[in-house]
Formats: sequence, structure tokens, C-alpha cells
Amino acid sequence: MDFQVVILAGGFSSNLVPLVSKEVPKALLPVANRPVLSYVLDLLESNNLKDLIVVVEGEDAALKVGGWISAACVDRLHVEVAAVAENVGTAGALRAIAHHLTAKDILIVSGDIVSDIPPGAVAATHRRHDAAVTVMLCAQPVSGPSESGGSSGKDKTKKPACEDIVGLDSWKQFLLYIAKGTEIKKDTRVKKSILCAAGKMELRSDLMDSHIYAFKRSVLQEVLDQKPAFRSLKQDVLPYLVRTQLRSDVSSDQNNVEEIGNGKDNMQNNEVVLSQILSNASLPSFHQVYESGLDSRKTHKCCVYIADESKFFVRLNSIQAFMDVNRDVIGDANHLSGYSFSAHHNIVHPSAELGSKTTVGPHCMLGEGSQVGDKCSVKRSVIGRHCRIGSNVKIVNSVVMDHATIGDGCSIQGSVICSNAQLQERVTLRDCQVEAGYIVCAGGEHKGETFARK
Amino acid sequence: MGAQKKGGGGARVSEDAEEQSHQRLQAILLADSFATKFRPVTLERPKVLLPIVNVPMIDYTLAWLEYAGIEEVFVFCCAHSIQIIEYLEKSEWYSHPNLVVRTIESHKSISAGDALRYMYEQQTETSQIQGDFVLVSGDTVSNMPLADLIQEHRERKKKDEKAIMTMVIKQSKSSSLTHQSRLGTDQLFIAVDPLTKQLLHYEEDKIDHPRGSVCLDKSLLESNPSVLVCNDMQDCYIDICSPEVLSLFEDNFDYQHLRRHFVKGVLVDDIMGYKIFTHEIHSSYAARIDNFRSYDTVSKDIIQRWTFPYVPDINFSGNRPLKLGRQGIYRACDVIQSRSADVGASSVIGYGTKIGDGDKILNSVIGNGCSIGSNVVIEGSYIWNNVTIEDGCEIRNAIVSDGVKIRAGAVLQPGVVLSFNVVVGRDFVVPAYSKVSLLQQPTTEDSDEELEYADSSSRTADHLSGLNLQMESKASELGPDGAGYIWEVCEGAHDEEWKHSVAPIPEDKLAEITQAIDDDDTDDESVVPTSGELKSDADSINTDMNDPNDDYYDFEKEVEGTVLRAVEENIKVDLVTLEINGLRLSYNMESADCAGATFYSMMKLAVDTPHNSASELYKNAASIITKWKELLGFYVKKIDEQIEVIMKFEEMCQESPKELGPLFTQILHLLYDKDVLQEDAILRWAEEKAGADEADKVYLKQCETFIQWLKEASEEEDEDDEDEEEDD
Repeated sequence: MDFQVVILAGGFSSNLVPLVSKEVPKALLPVANRPVLSYVLDLLESNNLKDLIVVVEGEDAALKVGGWISAACVDRLHVEVAAVAENVGTAGALRAIAHHLTAKDILIVSGDIVSDIPPGAVAATHRRHDAAVTVMLCAQPVSGPSESGGSSGKDKTKKPACEDIVGLDSWKQFLLYIAKGTEIKKDTRVKKSILCAAGKMELRSDLMDSHIYAFKRSVLQEVLDQKPAFRSLKQDVLPYLVRTQLRSDVSSDQNNVEEIGNGKDNMQNNEVVLSQILSNASLPSFHQVYESGLDSRKTHKCCVYIADESKFFVRLNSIQAFMDVNRDVIGDANHLSGYSFSAHHNIVHPSAELGSKTTVGPHCMLGEGSQVGDKCSVKRSVIGRHCRIGSNVKIVNSVVMDHATIGDGCSIQGSVICSNAQLQERVTLRDCQVEAGYIVCAGGEHKGETFARK
Repeated sequence: MGAQKKGGGGARVSEDAEEQSHQRLQAILLADSFATKFRPVTLERPKVLLPIVNVPMIDYTLAWLEYAGIEEVFVFCCAHSIQIIEYLEKSEWYSHPNLVVRTIESHKSISAGDALRYMYEQQTETSQIQGDFVLVSGDTVSNMPLADLIQEHRERKKKDEKAIMTMVIKQSKSSSLTHQSRLGTDQLFIAVDPLTKQLLHYEEDKIDHPRGSVCLDKSLLESNPSVLVCNDMQDCYIDICSPEVLSLFEDNFDYQHLRRHFVKGVLVDDIMGYKIFTHEIHSSYAARIDNFRSYDTVSKDIIQRWTFPYVPDINFSGNRPLKLGRQGIYRACDVIQSRSADVGASSVIGYGTKIGDGDKILNSVIGNGCSIGSNVVIEGSYIWNNVTIEDGCEIRNAIVSDGVKIRAGAVLQPGVVLSFNVVVGRDFVVPAYSKVSLLQQPTTEDSDEELEYADSSSRTADHLSGLNLQMESKASELGPDGAGYIWEVCEGAHDEEWKHSVAPIPEDKLAEITQAIDDDDTDDESVVPTSGELKSDADSINTDMNDPNDDYYDFEKEVEGTVLRAVEENIKVDLVTLEINGLRLSYNMESADCAGATFYSMMKLAVDTPHNSASELYKNAASIITKWKELLGFYVKKIDEQIEVIMKFEEMCQESPKELGPLFTQILHLLYDKDVLQEDAILRWAEEKAGADEADKVYLKQCETFIQWLKEASEEEDEDDEDEEEDD
């Protein structure tokens, strides 16, 4: 497949402070003791997409990510790591790496996705319709992305806010309208011209944009060049393309001269022909009908791929999401983790040491070389490698990263303890985050706090 | 007010619930379109009696209702009610075994809303309507079954008390250009919940202006995960209604139009929470003849048998069936047709009609008793009964009413409508889209409502007899030997002509529509949003800026009218406030807006009262303010509202600097003295204004001394307070 994949791995995300730091960029945050980026890479590899560009914000972060990738998967995948300046936005990042893009179509995947939706299906849909852009939509979790497990009561009272509002045609193939629910103040305004062309539009607020897009490269580059003000793919480029689909400014026709220049012209041409045959085989879309009614008018297609509701999809873009995804990957969605589970539905590394009368419940993970003292109880939590945990410790619904030290008699609920952090004796934490290397003094009782060095 | 009434109504309905299962199926048929789209023809004959494929429209509707299992029909007659009742008496409908036809006559009703209110009033006396009923107008052609739909409606109603209406919709032809223009109606945008089929949004728009966007309230999407917005549906104007619909019309006395007012009102009103559902029909036919274009379309559908069994070769209402030949040519058995005449596909020729040598007839309907000379060309036209067409005429896409004479060599260009008994002179060319009648165009048209009813039948008859005499002496507008007036197209309606006429849409208009879409898109291009900003927001800002202003302007006008009337007729203050409050609610205004508008109209009144000098004007203003300060006081209870009044006043002064300008301080002082304004408001206004441009400060400067005085006074007061405190 002539697809190039761009993974937007971000850098230092302010939503995730204090979990991320200079040492741990967002892409390397552990989910069940594996960097989140590895889930994306595995997903792409399983779909036979092996030509990847990982875009990271900031040089330092890029080095870190690059180092991890070269160690982990250099033999399996062809990965380039590109560093771009911080805060350029997703569109800016693509602009910066434009010279790397050569394939006919580009698949853009956010680097913080933990999912089992096949990106290959998006690519196939994209090709079949010969679309300018194809967006993957997935079912919105019933009430906010944090509810999948049901144990965190925080967001339950919140009204389900509509994340994205999308308009689809009656066959659910084309994207006619997209808006962010939060940006709509009072009314949703749908342009009549597109409604007239399509006849029917189904506005859905129960679908959300999954940040996996397939773009035609020529279209993407043209838009990026023409509109230097565009910063974000989701908020600028995509709505622009959707809005202008009936009077295209972009040359959606193949620029064949350029393609031939790539040196693999035979294969290229075959594919062009193939995609044209495929797109002609289906019923004429309203775009074609519209085009035929008016001369001198060009259109481009914006398509959607709607993932099956049973598929798992989470974006790691908040602390809550981090907790949820850790819990789900060793719980409900354990097929994603790649580990084999014991009869007790948990994973305890053979080198981990457990004290007497210590229980590790189902949906738990205990990393390599970690030690747990006597009479401890671990429930629905992930504990990293080489952690040292004292006696009489309770850990529930929490994530403890590598090399953390937890003193005797601590009680930890719904919290994140980053690597190298230390909890002294009898600390009680509830819904707290402890920054890497931070030391929490003995005997404290904390609720909903963030521990970080100022 | 309405809520209490509704409570009573609801209780009664639930009592009736048990009876509903064996209650008879009823329908209300509005035998008046409450519109003028079929003028001038409808000046002489009611629309429902106009023939469509040689059978009066109302017969199609009644035959369908009978077939669909309706047992009792109330025919509501307004315009030309005598003609309708006479017709029904003569027809077999009055003695029909399965269908009871009752007529209701009302000459006061000028809209569908009035008609239903009238029904409601009758209802309280006679309680004729026992439960759910079908509401149709007398120009509906359909063959859809109703029993299941009524059942569906009843079951839904049982589950959900608020589901008061089910509306029938049908998918229209799927071409983006001709969706709605096929029936000549406006573009329709509706939003439906795809699961429950509940109607969420209803919006009509002119076909040639597909610009702008459809606005759906955000809450709509929050409460429904999926909303289907359709543009390819047509409204069949067939409604299954629960009795609450009648009482809703009674409660909302300003509901006139079934769709524009009632449906929108129900959708917007979330207090009562009434719901409307839609029912989409797929295989059966339903359409309403709203204008000449839909007349043309529906005629063709009938000829092409989409409306089976209501087709010309079947007797469904006492009509004499015609014989169906090849190529969809229907012919009466006694037609005298010359051998050299060529009758083409999809044509209908009625009884006793003579067709001369060398005639060419294509896609046309010719009524009974017509006589057509030789070498006549008739294409896509509708010739009613007893029409005489002499040799060599050419008729294209025209409607020719009963008794018309077209003299030799005359030409009717596309879109012409000839009303009853018009005579077109020899070799005269009737220009495209003209409407010709023996009656003169009413010059003083009722501006507010488009009424078929405006000329009652009796008056028309008198008019006619007198007119005929007149005509003979006067040279006709239709050639020397013709008779009839060519109606002028009234302003604004000009654009509509091509849209509503029987003639096909001309090429250039199609191009125009396309152009309009183009323009629309280019408009939008110029507003390319900057980063992070969605187009929809930019749009909303624009319109938000415009709409409230327009609204406010209208509101101000209304308030002005109210106050003027109050002053003239010396109405009590309570009543005036009641009325203004009503306006405030209907325009969705703030109480501060009321204050501004009321004050504005009072000052305007003062200025409009004749005066010679500034002091006289001041006297005028003072007397009005003194007299109506209670009214004003009602709205200026808060400081903000008082400031609004001052701002308004300032604005007025700026508009007429000569008249009111010099009096600014004086009147301000007066308002202060009369306790309309408090000093806090005036001081706050002065503070706010202090930062304004120099040009804006003219009036601030004018009243500087007054403000200074106020300030000192208030300081003194403060001191007094302090003193008092000290005393304590």
C-alpha cells in the first residue's frame, strides 16, 4: 500500500502534568508498563503499515522517543523520528515535515491512542472513495471518556457533553459537517447548499473524531501551503475541507507528472486506475451528481469510516484517561496489552516477590523485580518494575510506575505514583498524583492533590 | 393562562380515552386555501371546485377520505361557501352510504387558524369532534391508507400524552435543483429524530435563495444523539391531530398558518412540551395543489396513474369515466376528432369536445364541451369546460378556464392563466405569465393577509354583471374584439411568477439558481476563518448582529402603535402594560427594551404633536410624561432600565438635534422630578459616558450643571446620613 503513516506523538502535554516531564514525554507514558506509543506502533504493524514517521515536539523529547524506538522496534518497522518546534499545532507539525511526505496518501494517527480499530480499514475506505480526506469516527463513550470502567465516580454527575457533532449522508459514507460540540454556543448551523446537494444529513452527537485521518497528500500539502494560518488539523484543516467539498479549491486530480517523478510510476499508475475503478463501481455519489449539474465546478470527497461499537478506543489526553486506560488494558480490554494473564486474571512477573498474606487481585499487574511486603492488598492497579512496597499497604485503582518506593502502612486509592517517587510510612492518598522523584512525608493524609516540585 | 385551560382539556381527553377505541374516524377538510395563489380564477369560483383532469379537486379529496375509511367529514367553507355547498348538495356525497359529509360555514375566518378556532367554538356547543381527526385541505390528491396511521397515532398518544400530531411527509425527487420546485413550493428543511420520527425542526425557504444555513438549537443535539436533517422531503399537508390541536389554536389566537405558526409554535414552545411526529409514505401518493405549478405536476401524476384508483378512467366520485387508449391518452367516447388531428401522449379529452383538422395536442387536458378549430397547437395546457378555440391558435403551458373564447390566430405564451369567460382577440398575443380576468384587479388589496376570501361570492356576482356592460363599451386589453383585464403582477411577486406557473422553469432561471449557489459559496469564501475558528461561529455572529436589531425595530414599532392607541383611546395603564408585556414575550425582549421603546414612543408622540416652538414641545412632552409616567414607571424599576431610557433619549436627540436636542436637560430634569429616573441612574449614565468620544458627549455637556447639582445633592444627602449616624 502506498501509504505513509505520520504519528503525531506530541511532546510535553500540559494536560498530563505532573505525569509527563522532561524525562518522560507523553509518548513514553507507561500503559500497563509499556509506553503508550508502542500500542500505536503495534496497531499499525498489525495492519501492515510499516513506513512510519513519528513527529515529536521538542528536540529533547524527540531524542528520548527516538532512543526508545530504536531499542524497541528497529528490526520490525521502518521508523523515522522528526522533531518539530513546540506549540506549532498539528498542522504546523505537518508543514514542518512536509518534505518527508512522498506517498500518494498519508495516514495521520495521533500518538496517544490505545485502540484496536484497524487503521488499515480507514486507508481502504479512503482509497475506495478516492477521497480527499477520510476521518475515522468511533462511538462516544456513554458519558465522557472516563466512564468505561465505572469505578471512578468523578465525572458521573456531569451531563454528557457532545464532543463532536458530525453530519453524515444517508449512507454514512461522507462527512458533510463537523464541529466541536464545545465550540457551538447556541445553534448548530448547517449550510443549506450542502444539504440541498445531499438531500439528507444525519447529525450525530454520539460519534467522536478518533484523530486517525487519511489525507490525499496533494490536498493536504496544498491546504497547508495556501492557508498558513491553519494550526490544527482537527479544528482548521478538516472543517475547511468539509466546508469546501462542493467547490473545491484543491486539485484533487492526481498530479501525474509529479507522481511519475517518484520513480515507481508503473505501480503508481496501476493504483490510480484501480482506485478509479473502485470508486466508479459504487453508485454515483452526490458529489458526482452535483458536479454533473454544474460545469466548471470541482468537488472533493470527505469520507468517514465508522468503527464498530465493540472496538476499544481511548485517547490518553488527560490524567483521568491515563488511569482509565491503564485499568482497561489489564481489565476489560486485556487483549490489547499483549501479555498473557494468569488464572487469576492478573499478571505477576515471575521475578516479583510477594510477602506473606499479601493478595494481588484480578486485573492487576506487578512488574519485573518488584517487591511487595507482608499483608498487602493490591486491587485493579498497575505496579511498575523494581518497585519496593512495604507491609500493610493497600493499593486500589492506582498506577505505580517503575522504581517507586512505598513505605509501610500506606493506603493509595485512585492515584498515580510516578517513577522514583517515594511515599514514607502511613501516607494516605486518594485521587492524587505524585511527580517523578517526589518524596511524600510520613503520615500525611491527602485527597485530590498534586505533588510536584515547584 | 393557557396552562389552566389546558389542564381542563387534558382531563376531558383522558375520560374519552376509553371511547377512543370505537370512536368513528373523522376528518376536517378545509375547503379554502386561505391564499391567493390561484387568483384571478378563485375570484369567481372556489379553489376546491376547480377541475383537475376534469374532476373538481374536492372530489379527489373526498373520494380518498372515503376510501381510507373516514366516516365523517366536516367541510369547512369560507370563500364562495354557497358554491361549495350547492355543489356538494348536488353531488352524490351527501347521500353517500359510508361517508357523512357535513358542511360548516364561516365567513369570518381568514386563515386556517381562524377556521380551527371556529371549529373549537362549535365544539364546545356540539362536540362534533370526538377524538383524533384528520386535517386536510380540499386540494389534496392522495391514495394513501389512513387507518393504520391513525392507529399508530393513537397508540403513540396513549404512551405519550404530548404527541398531538402526526404529519405526513413524502420523499420528493432527488435532484438538488428541483426538489421543491417540482411542486412550486418553498424549500423545506426538516429535522427528524431517526428513531422516534419526532419532528424537531421545520423551516421553509425560498427556492432561489439556498444561502445561509439551517440553525438547530444546541440542546436539540444534546438531547438526541442523532438528528436527521432532510431537504428532500415534501410536506403533504395531511395531519392526524388530537383534540388538543384545536385547543392550542384557541389558546394561541395569533396562530394563523398551519405550518408557519402552529408547527413552529409547537416546536419552539418547550413549556407545554407538545410533540409532533412525522410519518413518511413510500409507495402511496399524496400531494397538495398549492399553486399552478403543483396543479401541473399533480395533473401529470394523475394522468400517469400514480394516484390510482383516482384516475380518469375510473368512476370514483360520479365522474364519467374516460376511455384509456395507448400512450396514456384518455378520451371520452363521444369526442369528435378530425382524422388529420394529432393527439399526442398523456392527453385527456373530455365529453362533447370537438377537435378540428390539423390540430396538434400534446400533454394537455381538454375538458368537456370544448370546440377547437383547425390547425390549433395545444401543448402542456389545461383547457377546462366549454372553451372555444378558433382556428390557428397556439397555446403553450397555459390554463384556460370555463367559457373562454380564443379567437383565430391568438397566441398564449407559456404561463398564461385565463379566468372565466375571457375573450382573447383575433391574432392577439397574450404575453407570458399574464393572468387575465373579466374582473379588474382589486386595487386595494388587504395588505396583511393573502385571502381568497376577500371577495365574497355575492359581491363578485354583482360585480360581474355590472362589469360586462362596462366591458363592451371599452376597448379591451386583449385586442379589439377581446374582453378581459390583464392583471398586473404585484410588487415582489414578480420573482414568484415563473416559480408558480404551469410553464416549465426557463433555462435562465435555472442558471440563476445555480448562480445563487455560487454566490453563496463565494460569499463564504471571503470569510475564511482564522485558526481555530469554525465557520459556523462566524456565521452566527453575523446573523446575531442583524436579527435582534430587526426584531427590536419591529418591536419598537409595535410598542409605538400600542402607546399611540392608548393615548388616543385613553386606555387604562394596566391594560397597556399587559399588551406591552405580551409584545415583550412574543419578541423575546428584555424589560429594559420595553422601557426604551415605551419612552421612545412617548417622546415621538410629543414630537409629532404639532408645536411651534421649543417650549411648546416641552409642554407636550411634559404633559405626556406626566400622564403616562405610571406606564413608564412600570418598566423602569431597575437602574439598568433607567439608564436604557436615558440612552434611548440621547439617541433620539442625536437623530433630531433641532427638535429635542435643546430640551435634553429640561426633559431629563422633568423625568427626575416625576420620579421616573433616580439620580443613581443619571449619575451612572454620566459616568459611563465620561469615557466616550467627544462627539458623543454633546448631551452630557449640556446637562453638566444638572448632574453637578445632583452630585452635590447626593453628597449632601450622604453627609446627612453620616450626620445621622453620628447622631445615633
